[in-house]
Amino acid sequence: MAAAPLQPVAAEASEEDRAGQAAFDRIIADDSRIEPTDWMPEAYRKTLTRQISQHAHSEIIGMQPEANWITRAPSLKRKSILMAKVQDEAGHGLYLYSAAETLGTPRDVLNQQLLDGKAKYSSIFNYPARSWADMGAIGWLVDGAAIANQVPLCRASYGPYGRAMVRICKEESFHQRQGFEILLELSHGTPEQKKMAQDAVNRFYAPALMMFGPPDDDSPNSKQSMAWNIKRFSNDELRQRFVGMIAEQVKVLGLTLPDPELRFDEETGKWIHMELDWQEFKDVIAGRGPCNAQRLERRREAHANGAWVREAARAYAQKAGQRKMQKAGAA
Amino acid sequence: MSNQPMGNQTNIWPLWEVFVRSSRGLSHVHAGSLHAPDAEMALRNARDLYTRRNEGVSIWVVPSEAITASDPDAKGSFFESPQGKDYRHATYYTKSEGVKHL
Repeated sequence: MAAAPLQPVAAEASEEDRAGQAAFDRIIADDSRIEPTDWMPEAYRKTLTRQISQHAHSEIIGMQPEANWITRAPSLKRKSILMAKVQDEAGHGLYLYSAAETLGTPRDVLNQQLLDGKAKYSSIFNYPARSWADMGAIGWLVDGAAIANQVPLCRASYGPYGRAMVRICKEESFHQRQGFEILLELSHGTPEQKKMAQDAVNRFYAPALMMFGPPDDDSPNSKQSMAWNIKRFSNDELRQRFVGMIAEQVKVLGLTLPDPELRFDEETGKWIHMELDWQEFKDVIAGRGPCNAQRLERRREAHANGAWVREAARAYAQKAGQRKMQKAGAA
Repeated sequence: MSNQPMGNQTNIWPLWEVFVRSSRGLSHVHAGSLHAPDAEMALRNARDLYTRRNEGVSIWVVPSEAITASDPDAKGSFFESPQGKDYRHATYYTKSEGVKHL
């Protein structure tokens, strides 16, 4: 929707800003929703533009590790499923760009930030997908962590973001189940297949846990996001909740999680997991992960290779428009 | 930040708002937006993007610019206050409660 233009931050708040802030505070206090045409603090607009566009970039880059396996899927059924899933990721990216755009930044600007390497996206997609079992581990652990993160975002205070998340969460549950079933089939297959499944789980466990973001005491933006009702639960809270779920699910798979410290703490009612390597997390975010360069290069290449499609569509629209006008003139 | 898309053209396709009717008899509901060079391609893109799982039997696309929205700041004066107008609701009439078929 046509969004309000970005307002420069005035040194002194105007009468209008004060009234706007008061209305905004009331809406947040009522746990209601902010819509694109409402007044909102500049910092709220900026935070959301960053978060939603990063989320969109993650969906788009997230197509790559799995798309690489489409041609090598072990059966036609698996190939169809994988294609549908990758297509969903593209769709999720587009829902989110659509939501981000309502905040006033045009889509091609956001896209350009990604192509220029100036925008962040989820660190998990900078890890390689080495075997077919990784398609299982990605679906089960990566999409599982994404769902745990995204379900509370359906209630985010910014209307278009929450509505996009509702749509995404509905579609995401198939992603996790198909991954789980890939692992289940492998773990009940030959010893080599079971080993391959275990290896994939071993490699994706820690990076999946890191998807929830840094620990609470090292997450400076979390507090403000929670005050604005964008975020509903802290990173550590969501992470321990997710660990608890997969600790049970892994038993059904007949596999194990590579975490000697994993246990349920009766006293606090929380799951305890091993210390994660936050230096690695920071390195991957900063562009020094195993696949950062490759992922961005591939994205730039895909965008450049699509240029003729964009041009052809524009030319076609122009021609069709002219033909219509001629027809109308002749009649 | 550079605003130069790769390739030689810089102008973006116009923005369209997408409305989907989930089944016959229901209204079209706003689903989101997308960019497309013209209405026909907007419709095709909308089908691919918003109805991958049989979510709709009909789609409308409307140029975003064509939508005029009410001013959110004018809430009080624009939308008539219901204050003091309870008589517009059936629940205002309590004496007839319990009377059948009324």
